Amino acid sequence: MSDLPLIQADRAVPPPAATTSTGGRRRRLRLLSRTDRVVITLMVLVPLLLVTGFVWLPAAATVLLSGTNWDGIGPLNEIEFVGGRNYTDVVTNYPPFVPAVQHNLLWLAVLFVVATPFGMFLAVLLDKELRGSRFYQTALYLPVVLSLALIGFVWQLLYSRDQGLINAVFGSNVDWYGDSSVNIWAVMVASGWRHVGYIMLLYLAGLKGVDPSLREAAAVDGASESRTFFQVVFPVLRPINIIVLVVTVIESLRAFDLVWVVNKGRNGLELISALVTQNVVGEASRIGFGSALATIMLIVSLVFITIYLATVMRENRE
Amino acid sequence: MSRPQSQAEYLARLVPPSVAGLNRRSLLAGAAGTGALLGTGLLAGCGGDSGSGSDSKDVSVGSNQSDPKPKDVTAKVMDGFKTASGITPAINTVDHNTYQENINNYLQGKPDDVYMWFAGYRMRFFAAKGLASDISDVWGKLSGFSDAFKKASTGDDDKQYFVPSSYYPWAMFYRKSVWQQYGYQVPTTLDQLTALSAQMKRDGLTPIAFADKDGWPAMGTFDILNLRINGYQFHIDLMAGKEAWTSDKVRKVFDTWAGLLPLHQPDSLGRTWQEAAQSLQQKKSGMYLLGLFVGQQFSNEEQSDLDFFTFPEIDPAIGAKALDAPIDGYMMARKPKNEANARKLLEYVGGKDAANITVKNDPATLVANSSADVSGYTALQKKAAELVGSATEIAQFLDRDTRPDFASTVIIPAIQQFIKNPKDISGLTSSIESQKKSIFTD
Repeated sequence: MSDLPLIQADRAVPPPAATTSTGGRRRRLRLLSRTDRVVITLMVLVPLLLVTGFVWLPAAATVLLSGTNWDGIGPLNEIEFVGGRNYTDVVTNYPPFVPAVQHNLLWLAVLFVVATPFGMFLAVLLDKELRGSRFYQTALYLPVVLSLALIGFVWQLLYSRDQGLINAVFGSNVDWYGDSSVNIWAVMVASGWRHVGYIMLLYLAGLKGVDPSLREAAAVDGASESRTFFQVVFPVLRPINIIVLVVTVIESLRAFDLVWVVNKGRNGLELISALVTQNVVGEASRIGFGSALATIMLIVSLVFITIYLATVMRENRE
Repeated sequence: MSRPQSQAEYLARLVPPSVAGLNRRSLLAGAAGTGALLGTGLLAGCGGDSGSGSDSKDVSVGSNQSDPKPKDVTAKVMDGFKTASGITPAINTVDHNTYQENINNYLQGKPDDVYMWFAGYRMRFFAAKGLASDISDVWGKLSGFSDAFKKASTGDDDKQYFVPSSYYPWAMFYRKSVWQQYGYQVPTTLDQLTALSAQMKRDGLTPIAFADKDGWPAMGTFDILNLRINGYQFHIDLMAGKEAWTSDKVRKVFDTWAGLLPLHQPDSLGRTWQEAAQSLQQKKSGMYLLGLFVGQQFSNEEQSDLDFFTFPEIDPAIGAKALDAPIDGYMMARKPKNEANARKLLEYVGGKDAANITVKNDPATLVANSSADVSGYTALQKKAAELVGSATEIAQFLDRDTRPDFASTVIIPAIQQFIKNPKDISGLTSSIESQKKSIFTD
């Protein structure tokens, strides 16, 4: 989410420049005082430097490193280039990779089909000004605020096989975190729990901004409650819908923290992000190999970001 | 409430009673004391800051001893050093796992003057990469270490880089009371172990407690089986990437393990070693292959009920004399800020006095220095020291004997895969072998 304002800031700047070049450059320029020009230059330069320094340079470095076998120790000039070997190894010689891709896709599907619609549904309910809606709002949003360590701890208390609450209450013997056919679903529930609150808050903010006269008009025309929502409110909320969609995609791509807390993304909980961390951050230091994984992730993310930007820009032109 | 009479009392009021550990009645009485504590804390902080630059009466120590008991022991050893030398060691404790995972960045950044680490492949690797300083001169002043310890402290260039402080063996632990109750005998061959396990099952016990959620505990099982079936030299060569994982020898290890798995606690991939140790403590499991630190999960009264035996013999030609006994100790950073103090500290922690402090305070470890007074050892510690002393070869544990990238990104998923599906051994070993070839390139 944090990079959205930056993107918009970038986008917001070019139009004046474009108009100056097309129509009467001299007159337009005179309208801008020296201070204005300095301010505008600064406003372009500073975000540009920040984005380049903190986003694009590291990303480029990752892509570069993915062609090496660097182990994270020693000077940079000792790095050896190995071409595309890391990529071949990732795909053909790294058993956790395929399950990781599958799990990321599964994650996206579940968030998209279950958690996001449910969050939107809750937002619509809360928008009805039920009694105690503030309370529900807080309760549902709480998981988003809780720290990762706390969430891991809370779910460990519920899911532990020998000492957990779920097995104790139901007298079951399910190995929630250890059984690789179950644990992805167990973690998904925990992840959905958090995602629902996030989407709910985003959507609720959008719903509050809908012009009430639209609903009144629909009611006067005799539209039912659900028809009003699907044919009037939902289309009006198009910008929010796109944001919700993008947030869902981003969340499923960067899903990481919960599986990391559970078992460092192994044994049924492989996710690409967790594999990157295992290889790069830990004692292992397979920087080159991990960078190849990270590059694959970057490319997948770029596809989604491109679609998003294309949609937003097209809308702006309309 | 009245106005505070002194600065100390005012400071004391800032601390809620629950935090300060005082109830309302003793609040006023304790006020002066708490204030004094806060005051001295602030003063000590100032002193530390100004002192570090000028008179070098201090030295920093990076510690991975984050569990309460070992942390306390480290603090006592450092206090001993302070008393003996007048140099103030600043201990920088980091969670054990975090420390290990960040070690590369830590050592290449601004490490503490002296840092804790393990003997084995990784120590030699850091020494070869210049991330540790040669401390052969300190070794010239040390005494009481056997040749095995000196060898374990030596880098590839025949210089010493490591001062051993403590070690612990891996063995099969059990509760004496449980074994007496059922009349079990210590097994000395694999067949006896299997028969004993079958009996335990009939008696309603889980024969062997088992946990591998964190990925490393099962490495101990692989190590000991490989040591028993193929011997120490093959194990070390396999770890160094010189032997093939697809060989019949490795396959036999997994085959034997597959035969033993039904005797292990099921669903091990969701369990931490602490939970498995508790099943032993609660008398639900009969035995548990783990390091001596298993005792941490037992109360003080139960310590004397804990006993162990070394993993039984599998091949009579190999015997049962080799085992895992990881050595913990200290190393010196590449460019320590206070090099003279760091050397003094290393000499102290390798000496008799530091060992004596450790013996007195920690029943879950053994000290490396043989000149220490070990009359304070518990029966369990004495037995453990004898076991390691009689061992013909000592391995350091899988993740210390091989490359960390190989151990963490290949072996951990592979062993977990094996535990899930013990049948596909040839697929597993060929996958390990092909990944090994991509990692052991130089």
